[in-house]
Amino acid sequence: MSRNHNIINETSLQFFGLISASTSHEIKNVLAIINENIGLLNDFIFMSDNGTPLNPERVKKIADKITKQIQRTDQIVKNMNEFAHSVEKIYDRVILDEVLNRIISSSNRLVMMRNVNLEIKHSKNPINIKTSPFFLKNLIWLCLNYIINLSNEARTVNIITEKNTTTAIIRFMPPDLSKNSTSNFPGEREKALLDILHAELKIDFDNRELVIMLPDDIN
Amino acid sequence: MQILLVDDEAELVSTLAERLQYRKIKADWVTSAEDALKLVQTNKYDLALLDVRMPKTNGFELKKKLQAQDPEMKFIFLTGHGSGKDHETGSLEAGESNYLIKPLNIEILLKKINDVLKK
Repeated sequence: MSRNHNIINETSLQFFGLISASTSHEIKNVLAIINENIGLLNDFIFMSDNGTPLNPERVKKIADKITKQIQRTDQIVKNMNEFAHSVEKIYDRVILDEVLNRIISSSNRLVMMRNVNLEIKHSKNPINIKTSPFFLKNLIWLCLNYIINLSNEARTVNIITEKNTTTAIIRFMPPDLSKNSTSNFPGEREKALLDILHAELKIDFDNRELVIMLPDDIN
Repeated sequence: MQILLVDDEAELVSTLAERLQYRKIKADWVTSAEDALKLVQTNKYDLALLDVRMPKTNGFELKKKLQAQDPEMKFIFLTGHGSGKDHETGSLEAGESNYLIKPLNIEILLKKINDVLKK
């Protein structure tokens, strides 16, 4: 098996593991919230048995909170399910903004942990491309990972998607991108993914931009 | 007894604080390390319950900063992880038994609080 294949396999497994672990952590947090709210309802019942009247308004508010957390979990699981299914087809037609939204959704907690807020400006018209969805998500994540580790400061990173003729573009604009950034990026993993996606990656330190350029048809 | 709860999930700590109050434990809650450090400047807490994974400053880093302000404060960590490796990491970093795994059992939490404060 070629070196590139080995790198892709290793990177893909790491990526899948990272997203799975982050998702499970998020679900745990939601379960903890539901657990406390149910515990609070039990506390009210106990107090009611001991003479403190039950407040229906309060009970309803707690029930609404539990419903909201269940909806949150449902969305987390939907994201995970979509992510898991994205490995089924090596190549597929996708809407670029949807792919971007999904990977950002899946990795949001990891990004927030690094004090980064992402603001996405979607293209006016949907950008339809034929690509490898899983490997594209992997590449987007590696770019985000590079960006969030540039510094520890609280910052907002703008992301823009656009298209020109046969190229789809994702433009990341981290305000703290500079020539002083010591990380070896793009490294082997990113280059292997760029190769498989037939994509290019450019870093413009002057304009503080990291740009992924993808063909609109990978074949 | 006065306890400080720190977790970036406001819904979790606010509800837990209320449940502790019904058990006659005064509990303040915040959702960030920065807010915890501000609160400790003007309030004395016997114990802080810290989420391990929080944005910007994790629970272990926060513990060091809080201890610098109040060396007598005791700590219990909350973790959402459930793997054996995380238990091991949690116990190595936090001390032998000073962590609990979410979702919490309030009776176990109360026992842990008592055990930690007795040490």
